[in-house]
Amino acid sequence: MRARTLPLTRQRSGGGQPFARKALAVAAVVSLGTGLLAGCADDGGDDSSGGSSSGEGKTTITLGLFGTMGFKEAGLYAEYEKLNPDIKIQENVVERNENYYPALVNHLTTNSGLMDVQAIEVANIAEVVNTQADKFTDMSKVEGVKKDGWLPWKWEQATTKDGQTIGLGTDVGPMAICYRKDLFEKAGLPSEREEVGKLWAGDWNKFIATGEKYKEAAGKDSFFMDSPGGLLNAVLSSEKEKFYDASGEVVYKTNPAVRAAFDLTAEAAEKGLVQSQTQFQPAWDTTIANSKFATVACPPWMLGYIKGKSKPEAAGKWDVAVAPKSGNWGGSFLGVPKSGKNVEEAQKLVAWLTAPEQQAKLFKVQGSFPSAPAAYTSPEVTGATNEMTGDAPIGQIFSEAAKQIPVQVIGPKDQIIQQGLTDNGVILVTKGKSAEEAWETATKTIDNNLDK
Amino acid sequence: MATRSDIAASPVKGGAAPGRAPGSRSADKDDKRRAKLSRRWQRDARWSPYAFVSPFFLLFAAFGLFPLIYTGWASLHQVELTAPTDMNWVGLKNYTRIFDDDFFWNAAQNTLTIGIISTVPQLMIAMGIAHILNYKLRASTFWRVAMLAPYATSIAAATLVFVLLFGRDYGMINWALGAVGIDPIGWQDDKWPGQIAVSTIIIWRWTGYNALIYLAAMQAIPQDLYESAALDGASRWRQFLHVTLPSLRPTILFTVVVSTIGASQVFGEPLLFDPNKGASGGAEHQFQTLGLYLYEQGWVNQHLGRASAIAWTMFAILIVIGLINQLISRRLRASS
Repeated sequence: MRARTLPLTRQRSGGGQPFARKALAVAAVVSLGTGLLAGCADDGGDDSSGGSSSGEGKTTITLGLFGTMGFKEAGLYAEYEKLNPDIKIQENVVERNENYYPALVNHLTTNSGLMDVQAIEVANIAEVVNTQADKFTDMSKVEGVKKDGWLPWKWEQATTKDGQTIGLGTDVGPMAICYRKDLFEKAGLPSEREEVGKLWAGDWNKFIATGEKYKEAAGKDSFFMDSPGGLLNAVLSSEKEKFYDASGEVVYKTNPAVRAAFDLTAEAAEKGLVQSQTQFQPAWDTTIANSKFATVACPPWMLGYIKGKSKPEAAGKWDVAVAPKSGNWGGSFLGVPKSGKNVEEAQKLVAWLTAPEQQAKLFKVQGSFPSAPAAYTSPEVTGATNEMTGDAPIGQIFSEAAKQIPVQVIGPKDQIIQQGLTDNGVILVTKGKSAEEAWETATKTIDNNLDK
Repeated sequence: MATRSDIAASPVKGGAAPGRAPGSRSADKDDKRRAKLSRRWQRDARWSPYAFVSPFFLLFAAFGLFPLIYTGWASLHQVELTAPTDMNWVGLKNYTRIFDDDFFWNAAQNTLTIGIISTVPQLMIAMGIAHILNYKLRASTFWRVAMLAPYATSIAAATLVFVLLFGRDYGMINWALGAVGIDPIGWQDDKWPGQIAVSTIIIWRWTGYNALIYLAAMQAIPQDLYESAALDGASRWRQFLHVTLPSLRPTILFTVVVSTIGASQVFGEPLLFDPNKGASGGAEHQFQTLGLYLYEQGWVNQHLGRASAIAWTMFAILIVIGLINQLISRRLRASS
């Protein structure tokens, strides 16, 4: 009955009011509704907001990036804006690729919300090439872009079977072994980088053998290597074929190289040569800070990470030696989606950002190693040294490694497979499971994750 | 026609259009106008309420109902996140495979055990705290607000702190255990330690919330019940057992239902408890809950069809739990 009283009182308040109220209500509903619809609407025609031209006639190019890619930090945007006064560059950074990539896939599949330039991580490039190539422009057709400007395998990774290149490589991650000179000395091992490299040259088994010697002398105080995941990754990334064969079939279970890498890592774990840690976790960071492990597989960017986590007195105690076999860890691409508003300008910017001179500058500031061989002779690279590693000539060491990296077959689900082998596999060996049990758990998890 | 209440509210003479003297120019025209106004008024009174409530239903249809139905549709297909419009009809395959899916049942079991380990102590502690807060205390508002502080903290922030506390090598909890001679426990490595640690985060976060609900209910219990109990010589503990608990029965039931629903959807805590393994919930999936498994299939492995089927299966399980809850509560009500 209470509902009835309301209209009565309302009615007494005056004749015209119900209409006004009704109009108000309708207006409210309509505005709510249109507000919702506007949210879904295609804003392609609306150029005034962040589109092709702002008030001063400048073109704004937007970049979607993840992590710290360093273009801004290296002053490259400012330089480009100086060279091209009618261009404004705006970057939009998502901290972690795990968050960035699903959003990118979402935007690509719905063809909306894309930036003019989108970065793609090497772990995802195969999937993007296989499933989303039609959403990207062909960068090989852009003026001034030449295929032989890049390391051949880097170029291949972003190119479809029919020859469309969806992104240009920014950096690569040639891998070396960073080691603690002081810990090696204490364990009675050579500490000079040439000799250390010779200890394990050409064979990961020799690396394990060195680890055993280290452990005998160093005891329980420290570990030879940081984590089973790091070791497995290093071994696998130096193989030509790992999880997929050249025809694109998943072969990780039958590929002897994968099983060998797994068993080698499991052996190292059983013998207590690797610390039971997961990389980039707080506990792992603390272990670095406490100087508890003697070696880490390290691409150039890892030096920066180590520096960030170490105590100041660790500076100069590290050094860099050649890895048993060269591999690649990391590296990104910049692609230009077709649906962007400034496709041509964006392509020009990407071609410029990934040119050898700019890659060399990026290396100097950010430690992202150039993917353009022409940069390897530039003074920024050849003269590069690093405080953490006692001024070792890291530019030369990593250039050498970069040239020896095999052309690796990468597949769309590499990340899922590797994560399964690491986090649901070899990590279990450090917790007392046998290698066989760990392999079972890993393959069962991976197969379930791959099954559509 | 009791529902046509609007008719009863038709204009009172001289009410809706005051100031017009009766019998002026044409009473006929006036009547017509009045009739028209009255009809408008009727329409207004009848339909306006729908306009007022419509925003909720529009939003619900767009963001609740449509996704629900679409998820059901997707669960009958093989769909990948990389090409959501590319659907392959597979019928009930996504559902039938759940029966042989060890990972699903493992997750279901974990959800149940984590639910029990977290809910039961949580509600018991909450009851105890509420009982203490119900006494006359100095600065009682402070204590009550403090109870709610964990609830106001973000799950992510809280979990990250707990991850540090539960760390194997440098965690404070293992350090404290070490001080009394207990070997370090791999909180993230083993099944029960992992589940207990995850439950601890949940308990920490929700106990205060439930305590305040109990406290509110306790304050509604008439004081004379306690007085007469005291006159009968009942101790504090007896009063709690025979006065407080029976009076709180409906409230307890409410918190049990809410906590059960919450427990079946646990997601953030186990996801962040071992951030690197993320959605797999530990190296051997030892604390992977159903919510986590759903997320893993849909967003990590990009199998939208499978994830949708898991979502609907979870929905069905929740309905069953809801029915059981209702059954029990009816029994309880009948017995009281």
